[in-house]
Amino acid sequence: MWARLLAIITKELKQLARDRMTFGMIVMIPLLQLMLFGYAINTDVRHVPAGVVDLSQSSYSRALLQALSASQVVDFTHNYSSATAAERAITNGEVKAVLYLPADFGERLVNHPAFDSHRERSALTRPVAQWLVDGSDTMVAATIRALRTMPLDELADRSVNAVVPTFEVVEYFNPEQRSVVNIVPGLLAVILTMTMIMFTSAAIVREREHGNMEFLIATPVKPLELMLGKIIPYVLVGLIQVTIILCVGHWVFAVPVRGGLDSLLLASLLFICASLTLGLVISTIAQTQLQAMQMTVFVLMPSILLSGFMFPYEAMPSAAQWIAEALPATHFMRMVRGVVLRQAEVMSLGEDALWLLGFTCIGVLIASKRFHKRLG
Amino acid sequence: MTEAATSPEPTVAISASGLTRRFGDLVAVNQLDLTVPRGTIYGFLGPNGCGKSTAIRLLTGLLEPSAGEVTVLGQLLRGHEEALKSRIGYMTQKFSLYDNLSVLENLRFVAAIYGVRGQKGRDRIDELLQQYGLEHRCQQLAGTMSGGQKQRLALACATLHQPELLFLDEPTSAVDPQNRRDFWEQLFDLSAAGTTILVSTHYMDEAERCHRLAIMEHGFKRADGTPRELMQSMGATVIEVSGDGLRQLKQQLTVQTAVISASQAGSRLRVLVKDEQRDPLGLLQPFCGAHQLEIVRPSLEDVFVTCTGGRHVG
Repeated sequence: MWARLLAIITKELKQLARDRMTFGMIVMIPLLQLMLFGYAINTDVRHVPAGVVDLSQSSYSRALLQALSASQVVDFTHNYSSATAAERAITNGEVKAVLYLPADFGERLVNHPAFDSHRERSALTRPVAQWLVDGSDTMVAATIRALRTMPLDELADRSVNAVVPTFEVVEYFNPEQRSVVNIVPGLLAVILTMTMIMFTSAAIVREREHGNMEFLIATPVKPLELMLGKIIPYVLVGLIQVTIILCVGHWVFAVPVRGGLDSLLLASLLFICASLTLGLVISTIAQTQLQAMQMTVFVLMPSILLSGFMFPYEAMPSAAQWIAEALPATHFMRMVRGVVLRQAEVMSLGEDALWLLGFTCIGVLIASKRFHKRLG
Repeated sequence: MTEAATSPEPTVAISASGLTRRFGDLVAVNQLDLTVPRGTIYGFLGPNGCGKSTAIRLLTGLLEPSAGEVTVLGQLLRGHEEALKSRIGYMTQKFSLYDNLSVLENLRFVAAIYGVRGQKGRDRIDELLQQYGLEHRCQQLAGTMSGGQKQRLALACATLHQPELLFLDEPTSAVDPQNRRDFWEQLFDLSAAGTTILVSTHYMDEAERCHRLAIMEHGFKRADGTPRELMQSMGATVIEVSGDGLRQLKQQLTVQTAVISASQAGSRLRVLVKDEQRDPLGLLQPFCGAHQLEIVRPSLEDVFVTCTGGRHVG
């Protein structure tokens, strides 16, 4: 048993080492994704290209524009003469939003309670200006909408008068609110899902396509030996990827690793094994490598979208939550964010750990049962 | 050995009765009865698609039969496939070892899979490398070797665990004539050492080298026996016609019901006439005025053509 298992592992590792492309991908996939999500993809919206229709042309209007520019939320790049021209510009995609300052802007401003704190809200109180927004991009629209209650103290030459908030919010674990802190541990789940399922989903099919399977099933090798022999080398690959992601995350993006490395290792191992077995089960179903790839994508998409990597699990409808619960990535996402960001122990996340363990055992059993040492 | 106890007839390596395999509507192997004596080289001769490969896969336990029973090395195949796998060797039609592993790595992998371990394994690998002329290539990747070299490596791997019974599925389809000769020498060495060999082929000269053979067509076994027996009892007379205008003559002769086939070889036309025709020369005479007629010794190809009713040759 052990000699045969060792032989299969050695064989897989040698084949992997000779496959330059695959070997390169093991390193490049995590690096590329880290760069993409770390630098390119950012949900903190800044520098929205915007236009102005300034009908008041007063010193107040210029001061307001300056205050808005200083906030870096919008960049005023265009001036338009009328609301119609502004609408056309939004339709053409020239700008995402336009600030419309009416001719009576100055009058509206002095009547506004945010400008003159002594003034009570009255019939004369109206918004000082209007934003026209390309609402098709909800992220941009939400950013502009957040400007609705912008304080106007600065325009009144008053020192900023801190409004007493209803709630005080203390942000644990990520006080600067950088999204990359949440994304890097999440990327562990996404990258491992992608590479682990992909590697093993091709594993059995490839042997079949290259004709090696006919030789292999004519030998006394046992299905379980073959399945384990296909999984174990990639556990190593998975751990290499975990190391790359966390090191780059730590040194380039200053993402802290607060939890213990033993907890992290255990959580990663559980997830790697679960993903690999999922790939293996796919491999016993697919007839060609192309089919295996398609099935991998079929699992990968919900893993990215539903696992809580991009959108909060809590915001999903319950049907989507059920699907998410079935995916190993969701459970790992919870565990790894807990361990890396909140210094949680794997043991305190026992349910997720148990679920991954169960998934792996059942997966290996199904794969060995489904793999018949027969042709046709 | 417990062999004598489990085996009712230890002199028989394979016996099959009523072996049938269907793929949907296609019957790939139909009611095959087979007896392969131990220590012989037994051939399956037939055109592509006649069921040779399917028959071999059924006999190795890689395919489950739709009907029929097989006994291999004195043991019922059904239910004992795994136990028998360490006693048989199988060389697939298409090269099935790993292209991106070296010769030595492939051999070591196979040795480990069959549990040929430690010093015994290393000695066996050295022996095979030498026997099959692969010593200087042991670091070469298998995928970069020629057809003949790949075939020798495949044979080395199939025989590494010294199986009692060896299946070879069209082993020489990708190699040149010289390599084929050498390959058959190696098969006779194995046979002399006591290995039973079942080999499929569509080459007549290879079939003629077998101790016994079965001629297959459309999933049926049409005939079996030693090559000599087959030639003696083939049920047709072979007449060689020499002279000019053989193409037209062939057209005229092949429409005769008593003529099984007529095929040209150089300036001679080889005509097979059914035995039920009492006077074969007399039948042909009216068609071949100026031609010379001669009854000749049948070849294995003639046997094959007779068995298959001339559907595949000529």
